[in-house]
Amino acid sequence: MSLRLDALEIVGPGGALFPPLSLEVARGTVVTVMGPSGVGKSTLLDAIGGHLAHGFRARGRVVLNGRDMTGIAPERRRIGLMFQDALLFPHLSVGDNLAFGLPPSVRGRAARAARVDRALEDAGLSGFGDRDPASLSGGQRARAALMRTLLAAPDALLLDEPFSKLDAGLRDELRSFTRSHVETARIPALLVTHDPDDAAAMGGGVVQLGA
Amino acid sequence: MRSDGRLLRGAVLAAVGAGLLAPIALGLWETLRPAFGVLPALGRTVWSLEPWAELAALPGVRTSLMLTLWTGIGSTVLSLLLALGAAAALHDRIGGGRGGRWLTPFLAIPHAAMAVGLAFVLAPSGWLARLLAEPLGWTRPPDLASVNDPWGLALMIGLMIKEIPFLLLVILAGLGQLPVRRHMAMGRALGYGRGIVWIKVIVPQLWPLIRLPVWVVLSYALSNVDMALVLGPSTPPVLAVAVMRWFTDPDLAMLLPASAGAILQAGVVLAGVALFGAAELAAARLGRCWLRRGGRGLSFEPGLLLARGLVLALLATGALAMLSLAVWSVAWRWSFPHVLPESWSAKPWQMAERGWREALGNTLVLAAASVAVSLALAVAWLEGEDRARRGRAGWAEALIYLPLLLPQIGFLYGLNVVFLRLGVGGTTLAVIWAQALFVFPYVMITLSDPWRALDPRLVNAAAALGASPLRRLWAVKLPVLLRPIATAAAIGVAVSVAQYLPTLFMGAGRVPTLTTEAVTLSSGADRRIVGVYATLQAALPFAAYGLAFLVPALLHRNRADLRGTA
Repeated sequence: MSLRLDALEIVGPGGALFPPLSLEVARGTVVTVMGPSGVGKSTLLDAIGGHLAHGFRARGRVVLNGRDMTGIAPERRRIGLMFQDALLFPHLSVGDNLAFGLPPSVRGRAARAARVDRALEDAGLSGFGDRDPASLSGGQRARAALMRTLLAAPDALLLDEPFSKLDAGLRDELRSFTRSHVETARIPALLVTHDPDDAAAMGGGVVQLGA
Repeated sequence: MRSDGRLLRGAVLAAVGAGLLAPIALGLWETLRPAFGVLPALGRTVWSLEPWAELAALPGVRTSLMLTLWTGIGSTVLSLLLALGAAAALHDRIGGGRGGRWLTPFLAIPHAAMAVGLAFVLAPSGWLARLLAEPLGWTRPPDLASVNDPWGLALMIGLMIKEIPFLLLVILAGLGQLPVRRHMAMGRALGYGRGIVWIKVIVPQLWPLIRLPVWVVLSYALSNVDMALVLGPSTPPVLAVAVMRWFTDPDLAMLLPASAGAILQAGVVLAGVALFGAAELAAARLGRCWLRRGGRGLSFEPGLLLARGLVLALLATGALAMLSLAVWSVAWRWSFPHVLPESWSAKPWQMAERGWREALGNTLVLAAASVAVSLALAVAWLEGEDRARRGRAGWAEALIYLPLLLPQIGFLYGLNVVFLRLGVGGTTLAVIWAQALFVFPYVMITLSDPWRALDPRLVNAAAALGASPLRRLWAVKLPVLLRPIATAAAIGVAVSVAQYLPTLFMGAGRVPTLTTEAVTLSSGADRRIVGVYATLQAALPFAAYGLAFLVPALLHRNRADLRGTA
């Protein structure tokens, strides 16, 4: 069970962004893709998650747990996303943001609320459920966003420089928070970054893009 | 998912084609035929140029044409120059999104209500004359045609008071996309005066961003009917008013020259736009030579000051006009030299109650229906673009502007013929349909930019959490975009309430609204009654704008990131 890229290539209006990329991420580990800005790291994650903009085409295959993802709608891929901006939905409270991620198979108002509360507690955000996401600090937002993603029970996680906007102390804290949750959830995670410290902290393999 | 997007886009395209394009094209066609002699209802089946000869022989037609060109082009050029000058002088202070807020009342008030208010202010017995009466010792209104003057000056003032705020809004929005501050600093560091940097550096970058709205203003100024009826010269009137009168002439044979006049009106607008295009090319060529000479022109500041002063004077007159509507509607005894009514009363409201209740009800129904249809179509269109993950093609953008660039009188008569054939002529449905032709473009234009500015990653994040396209729309996009959606709806209400000609033509006079009543009554009826209708007419868009501000503010009162995003 894993996330595998088979000769994945993205063709934009100006041709292929980078040479075909093959890699495999085992469950519970984080593989880091490094590369200078502008090489197409975010576009790579778009291709894996199914969010490519018009004009971009993916060649090769994305295989998650043995299933080819080509042509599958993003909402059916079960691939979670984390950005450097937490991108909590600004019109929902922190708790409702988490509830948005919780699958509808968790039934009953009380059961859902309990799951959200537990996730908030896990993120050190007990009692923050009714708060406006805009009132959270950067680190709190990032943790809430990660919990929202994990509540959806994804089969894989994509991380788009999620630590780059945090200051140094918070960054270390969030790296270990993320890594431990990936290990607990036993899902493969792919991180793109230009910060070598991120790669070191995640402890998994490192792939250079566009070298 | 891709196929879903295609289905939605197909449905939108079909709705726009059948609901928007086809009526306009058919309307033009049904106006073109009688313009060239074919009107089977009158037994005329042979193509000919006869209607044009009849048109040329109609009394006053040449003067009407000249008046149209003079008032339309004159008011547009002056509005543009003054708005540019005022923006240059005021931009530092009112720049950004906040600047637009104080313009809102001028944008919201329907043209007809503004015209009625201006007539109250500018007329020989109006507020201005009353204010001047004491210092100048007047005991009777001066013998001066200050409204409906043969030169069309009152009409031009009215058009300018409505169009300058619109252009200012468009200019401020355009400036927000340009590095004005840095270019200004760069230019002044090179020794150029502020006004010259404005003309040589900023305006050339700004023009492509405001060209289309300027054309819309020009088209309106050349072809408006309601303002011209209230403020413009009457014998002969401007072309659009003359054409409307010929269309409604009891002698049905007049339909032929009237149709020719409608086509002429469309030609006048086309020629006006072509003229502006040619002027743009010439200015670009001459301007480049002027630029290369490198003149620093430090002395241009007075021009900017003059523009700012004139704009403020015009807007003050406009504000006085809005106020005068409300004052007249509650005045009882108010004889000439008195600045304020001698006695106040709610009687004007009671006397006209049956009339304004019906008109208000019709206006509300028309506004609600045309805005609902337009909003639904706009959201479907934008969502279709999102699902296809592509921007808008140039032809689609042009399609949206089409109803705003074509003069209404050019195709409304023909559209009425089409509606009659469909069996919906003279019904509320026909009026809603016709109004939506003009409401939809404004809703679409208002909503497009905020919609596209929404961070796509927010929507991707929802998709990654397993939300279907429909849920992404309902649970993320629409709530986050509530404020711009409400703003677009308010602008839609303002446009719907302001429609005069479509309501009159499509309703066949059987669907009286606040606008049609206010315009009809403005010629000769009791000022107090006119004041009641015009006050209500102005109040509706104000209320819509107020709601558009209040509802999102209440629903999102605890959501800091959604406040202040227009």
